[in-house]
Amino acid sequence: MTTSVIQPKRRRRIGEGRRFLSAPAIVYLILLTQVPFALTIYYSFTNWNLLRPGSAGFLGFGSMFRNYQRILQNPDFWQVLTNTLVLTLSVVVVTFVLGMAFALLLSRPFPGRTLARTLLISPFLMMPVASAVVWKYLLLDPAFGLSAWVSRSLGLPAVYLVEFAPLASIIAIVSWQWTPFVMLILLAGLQSLPEDVVEAARLDGAGPLGLFRFVTLPHLRRFIEIALLLEIIFVLNVFGQIFVITSGGPGIQTTNLPYQIFLEAFSRWNIGRASAYGIFAIVLANLAVILFLQVVRRSRQEEGR
Amino acid sequence: MTRKRLGTLAWATGTLLVAFTMFFPILWMALTSLKTENDAIAFPPKWFFTPTFENWRVAVFGGPVLEFMGNTVWITLASTLLALALGFPAAYAMAYYRTKRTDGSMLWMMSTRMLPPAGVIVPLFVIFRDLSLLDTHLGLILLFAGMNLPLVVWMVTGFMEDVPFALIEAARLDGASLWQEFTRVLLPLLLPGLAATALLALIFTWNEFFFAVNLTTRAASPLSVYVSTFKAAQGDLFVAKMSAAATAAVIPVLVAGWIAQRQLVTGLTMGAVK
Repeated sequence: MTTSVIQPKRRRRIGEGRRFLSAPAIVYLILLTQVPFALTIYYSFTNWNLLRPGSAGFLGFGSMFRNYQRILQNPDFWQVLTNTLVLTLSVVVVTFVLGMAFALLLSRPFPGRTLARTLLISPFLMMPVASAVVWKYLLLDPAFGLSAWVSRSLGLPAVYLVEFAPLASIIAIVSWQWTPFVMLILLAGLQSLPEDVVEAARLDGAGPLGLFRFVTLPHLRRFIEIALLLEIIFVLNVFGQIFVITSGGPGIQTTNLPYQIFLEAFSRWNIGRASAYGIFAIVLANLAVILFLQVVRRSRQEEGR
Repeated sequence: MTRKRLGTLAWATGTLLVAFTMFFPILWMALTSLKTENDAIAFPPKWFFTPTFENWRVAVFGGPVLEFMGNTVWITLASTLLALALGFPAAYAMAYYRTKRTDGSMLWMMSTRMLPPAGVIVPLFVIFRDLSLLDTHLGLILLFAGMNLPLVVWMVTGFMEDVPFALIEAARLDGASLWQEFTRVLLPLLLPGLAATALLALIFTWNEFFFAVNLTTRAASPLSVYVSTFKAAQGDLFVAKMSAAATAAVIPVLVAGWIAQRQLVTGLTMGAVK
């Protein structure tokens, strides 16, 4: 945020108390996020299971970390963690490449540009569970789906992609949804690139590739950073597509952390264990953001900024 | 035709082709909703068919879709309004009464938006159960308002910082109360910004699924919960009606997003530009 420079002193005179107008919003957010967060920590130290009445007990200081120990000893957890990371990183890479390509395509004027942009942003506006239903039953169905028709027309056997490559299917479908998000942010970046800078670089003899590498990319840096950061945060939480398309299966091949928490809480009703998983999800999200900011800072330093 | 114009033509064709491919799943959904159930599962797929509105009549206007859509509309509008009502004064304080702690509070607010929903779903479920908020509109409205609040404060603060403070001072010299400052001075100036903010909040809320599916069962369930229950297993003749219901569920947000593309971009790039 830009720091305001308009005479702070004169402003103070009227309604000093007005700075507390932010209090309701802050209190609201504390109640809605910090209280549940604290409770998640507390529950993670209990053996509370809604299927066993009267089990809401604290585990005792000697064994308070039992839920965490069980999780860390469970090989399924490492699979779930790997799935979460593979899903998130793959989606980020795929959407970045496609989003950048689409943004470049839209960055110069041509007849039909508005139509193209309208069509391209649409997947982002789709309700995730609706796009999951469309992909699963209309496009990828092995009996009458379009993918079956395409592969048979090419003389190949019709495989059910969701069974053949479950995690890759989820990655593809989530990427389809998130590419427009990256594209829109990068497009805004491209359009804020001053024309005279481009012109000057051209006069200095820069070719299209040199122009992209030394003028466009550095200018886009902030836009790329914000797009990827937001995307990481959102894609770590992907749930609807997995719920509809694979239910985390086959086995646990497409179970990510949110889906695991959902299973633990709402089909095993194990409040204690689910809360401990929740703590892992929170830690993972924070680690991802911190790590990302670290990378950003380091690459900035290397460029001598 | 010159080489340059030929190049533009090729560029346009290529881009439109790519755009059409990305859009195709949505188009296919809409087309399937207009087929008979037999045409919908025909193999090879039917590209040309006589459209019928039977599925829409049965699945959308005869089925429970409208009921769920009513829930979604009510929850979305009420939670967005609540987020704006809480966020607008907060943004006012953040923009015009900066203290040493303002930047910190802003960042803290944004950080709450980064909290993974799955990380807090368990206590939220327990709290909702104890307060009898499970499967109620009120529960989801309160929750979604909080979900959108950081975004609202962040964006509206940004828009307010662009308003010249002299305008507000002038109003004060004329004896304007705080309420008059809000409604007479700021509201008209911020209308486009507020529209962009509301649009993003509407999209997020309309499409939300994780909280909705875990905190409602039927009475207050939004559309996303209904759509997620679709199964081809409910009879192979269900595909076309399913498409009709899914199309009905996504059309409002699609159209809103199409109309307000500029506002959408403003909202999404707020963080990058500021």
